[in-house]
Amino acid sequence: MSWIISFLKSSIGRKLVMSLTGLFLVIFLVVHLIGNLQLLYSDGGESFNKYAYFMTNNPLIKASSFGLYFFILLHAIQGIIIALSNRHAKGSKYAVSTNANSTWASKNMALLGTLILAFLCIHMGDFWFRMKAGLLDMAAYDDIDYEVANLYDRVVYSFSQLWIVIIYLIGMVALALHLNHGFSSAFQTLGLNHKKYTPIIEGLGKTFSILVPLAFAIIPVFIYFTK
Amino acid sequence: MNLQLKIWRQKNAESKGYFETYKVEATEHMSFLEMLDVLNEQLIQEKKEPVVFEHDCREGICGACSMVINGQPHGPMAATTTCQLHMRHFKNGQTITIEPFRAKAFPILKDLSVDRSSFDSIIQSGGYISVNTGQAPDGNSIPIEKDLAGKAFDAATCIGCGACVAACPNGSAMLFTSAKVSHLGLLPQGEVEHKRRVKNMVEQMDKEGFGMCSNTKACEAECPKEISVENIARLNRNYMNSILTGE
Repeated sequence: MSWIISFLKSSIGRKLVMSLTGLFLVIFLVVHLIGNLQLLYSDGGESFNKYAYFMTNNPLIKASSFGLYFFILLHAIQGIIIALSNRHAKGSKYAVSTNANSTWASKNMALLGTLILAFLCIHMGDFWFRMKAGLLDMAAYDDIDYEVANLYDRVVYSFSQLWIVIIYLIGMVALALHLNHGFSSAFQTLGLNHKKYTPIIEGLGKTFSILVPLAFAIIPVFIYFTK
Repeated sequence: MNLQLKIWRQKNAESKGYFETYKVEATEHMSFLEMLDVLNEQLIQEKKEPVVFEHDCREGICGACSMVINGQPHGPMAATTTCQLHMRHFKNGQTITIEPFRAKAFPILKDLSVDRSSFDSIIQSGGYISVNTGQAPDGNSIPIEKDLAGKAFDAATCIGCGACVAACPNGSAMLFTSAKVSHLGLLPQGEVEHKRRVKNMVEQMDKEGFGMCSNTKACEAECPKEISVENIARLNRNYMNSILTGE
């Protein structure tokens, strides 16, 4: 078993952890987005509240959510360790800095990741924590014989405040830039690079990094202006 | 042409460095190193300490010249070593900032000269073929697919100058190590020891204190031999394979 530990401690092993957890989080983003788009329905939040109930009570989803929390923490902690160790390995900086050889986002993944983590704390504190702690009002619907938490009301309340909408927009810009580099970078770390499919992965990554954060950003903006 | 040079001066590894500004007159036909020769002759005549910089072949194949010119290793021209960089790419009256390669694994020895023996240690850990390959064999006596031979040759053009490490914001040596691993491992003579070589070279690279690759691709952009980051992907999968299936 010692070979596993020494592999995970090696530079390539550490990067592999970043790559795999990052790709898992990419898949999570898609699932999260599809669910949240129900906030745009004009049914007074019925479908969204039922969906939120399902997501917090289904044992399979509950179990995988623990995996999600673990992977978020692993990605964040490992990322911070790598960034600090890389800063140490670089030592001093050049007097003249240039972005001629690489993108700004690729050089600032740790900064962007930290911004996203801060956003996540605000985001989860506002919704996830309130839901788990039972601080939300309950809503009853005709076709079910139990009450569900009215998360929709809380979302509308939060997104009716301009400063929260702005925080969400900043968070999504950071996410877009992080994905802009991270998506294709994950495949390179896995050792997947070929002139046939790498341009496809890169194109897919750039498209994903624009469309997904944009779709997330539409939700608070839409609610701010319509509700 | 008249130039103003802002050059990093550092007495030795222990002392603190600083920038010193010099004026030099050069012609546009000079190489960058010849321009520095002119500066040093000037400094010697003034009984001042000349600027230490490394150079050897001056034809772009030895990898000795190592400096960062206006923030870019080997200067602003793509696929060009400092010795082959000509002054015609600079403007009359321009201020040029010249710094040594910066990375913890490349400690500064003096002025623009850094200690790159950490690269030697990586090579010593596996960048060789143990069997006696004898005389140069007849062409095509060992059949090698053209595509593979091309990839191995492209990787073999690495001159080990260290510009990849210098350009990398993490001071990572992945491009260098991956070029050496690819150059040997893709060919039948080198394939025999491939798994052991990959494991040992990556371990040595980590031990030397190089940073971890974050795929900024700054190395590929600055490499005077245009070594591709495809090699880094190959090293990643070769290393995983060697850990999972090697001894």
